[in-house]
Amino acid sequence: MYEGVIQELIDELGRLPGVGPKSAQRIAFYLLQADADQAKRLAEVLTEVRERVRFCEQCGNVAEAELCNICRDPRRSKASICVVEESKDVQAIERTREFKGLYHVLGGAISPIEGIGPDNLRIKELVSRLADPDIKEVIIATDPNLEGEATATYLTRMLSPMGITISRLASGLPVGGDLEYADEITLGRAFEGRRTVS
Amino acid sequence: MYVTKVKLTNFRNYKNAEVELSPGVNLLHGSNGQGKTNLVEAINFFASLSSHRVAGYTPLIQQGEQSAIVSLELAHLERELLLEFEINNDSPNRARLNKSPVQKPKDILGYLNSVIFAPEDLDIVKRDPTNRRAFIDQLIVQFTPRMLGVYSDYDRVLKQRNTLLKSARATGTKGDSLSTLSAWDESLVKLGSEIIAARVAIASKLSPGLIANYQKIADTNNEPRMFIKSSILGSTILDGEEADDSEYLESQDREEIAELFREKLMRMRPKELERGITLVGPHRDDLVLILGSLPAKGYASHGESWSYALSLRLASLEILRQESKLGDPILILDDVFAELDSDRRAKLAELVLGNEQVIITAAVIEDVPHALSAKRFSVVAGEITNG
Repeated sequence: MYEGVIQELIDELGRLPGVGPKSAQRIAFYLLQADADQAKRLAEVLTEVRERVRFCEQCGNVAEAELCNICRDPRRSKASICVVEESKDVQAIERTREFKGLYHVLGGAISPIEGIGPDNLRIKELVSRLADPDIKEVIIATDPNLEGEATATYLTRMLSPMGITISRLASGLPVGGDLEYADEITLGRAFEGRRTVS
Repeated sequence: MYVTKVKLTNFRNYKNAEVELSPGVNLLHGSNGQGKTNLVEAINFFASLSSHRVAGYTPLIQQGEQSAIVSLELAHLERELLLEFEINNDSPNRARLNKSPVQKPKDILGYLNSVIFAPEDLDIVKRDPTNRRAFIDQLIVQFTPRMLGVYSDYDRVLKQRNTLLKSARATGTKGDSLSTLSAWDESLVKLGSEIIAARVAIASKLSPGLIANYQKIADTNNEPRMFIKSSILGSTILDGEEADDSEYLESQDREEIAELFREKLMRMRPKELERGITLVGPHRDDLVLILGSLPAKGYASHGESWSYALSLRLASLEILRQESKLGDPILILDDVFAELDSDRRAKLAELVLGNEQVIITAAVIEDVPHALSAKRFSVVAGEITNG
């Protein structure tokens, strides 16, 4: 145990995801020895981020205004919405530059163990967005794990009566990988989702 | 296939132990509580990544230690394999094959096949469905290591679904939670049907060997048969408890099983919401063992039950041997001779003698038929010595 404020800092850092007690201590001492400016800038950004960053009123992605920069962008197609669990997933898909439509961030996946049901996710907001007749397709891009699959199934059942095309991201073999290294479940999925090529 | 060397570190009562085994019969003897069973438990661990005695990994680690390491050298023809597994208390378990780490611990499965006979086998015949499910599921994992993932996914879906049912019961918010329930139903049915189909398939594979071995051991024409009694069958719902009208399942077709599963789930829904628990699925099924025309459980005598249990294991050994690419499975007889009368001892000895490797544990050497006591090891307080 250290005295007073330094221990407080270590405790606070230790609360962050992915930071254990050892790393927390390392970061705390790094900050103590670093330039005063650097620590000050970090403190400022921390307060600023809480004040300025909000969630896009349309899609739920992180934003600095009422709408996020994707929803504001007039070049994006309004015909398709890609549904993801977290804002991080938006960034991952954006890096592909393949998708030109809009997003909808749910804020998690259905998981009764963690007490997360459809009411805790931004599903109502999604349904009201789909009232827009311009929207032709919903792409469900939740994680390919048990909770993500359950969320996808739930969404599919709920949205299919609306007459919009609903699709689910394919799962299968990683590009550039070796077939022999794929695990059985992935390989099994790849077989299920195989495509006719001629 | 046979084990040439076992090395244990902080495993159960072994601080640091090493023993070299040979093909053929190896007899481990010593008083009770010295570690004979712990040694064979370590060998058998690699067959299904579970203990034949306890659920969970914590009991396998020596008290006060953080991790246990089991390493096994195997030989088959000219080929040698080194399997290593590190069981950790606080961090993920790790496995290595021939010194190189495998991606996931379960990737170490499939290299060692073994069949273990233990006094607990009597529970398969005499006790609860849990014992019989454990028997058949461990065999399935040995056959198809991939199924280990299916089992753990099924358990997770079951837990999620039960939590949902429980909270639906508590709050009474039926309408909304019902729609998420169907989302979980889909995974439950998909994974559950795969488990049920695998069980039916393996039960029918085991049947001929079960009959043949039973008749040899018990010296009778009485016929043992086994069936999967599934919660997905049965039409009437009594009070949700064991409504004993479920018939036996014979289909191995996953689509057909899934269809039955889905229908039964719909019918049981009000009951499930009332009880707050999943009432349909492989976790509620049983492997029913019949002898002649009566269930073995409750009707078979002690001697008949033993013959039944031995025949189940011998039949497992045979089907594993048939499909093995690595020779005979390793056969482990853990403390069973003390439980058997002299007639059954002699019959069992005769049936196992030809196996590539047999590992026997016994507290009293005299209990073991003479033909099986060639190479001996003495186990005293976590130390293994020749002789």
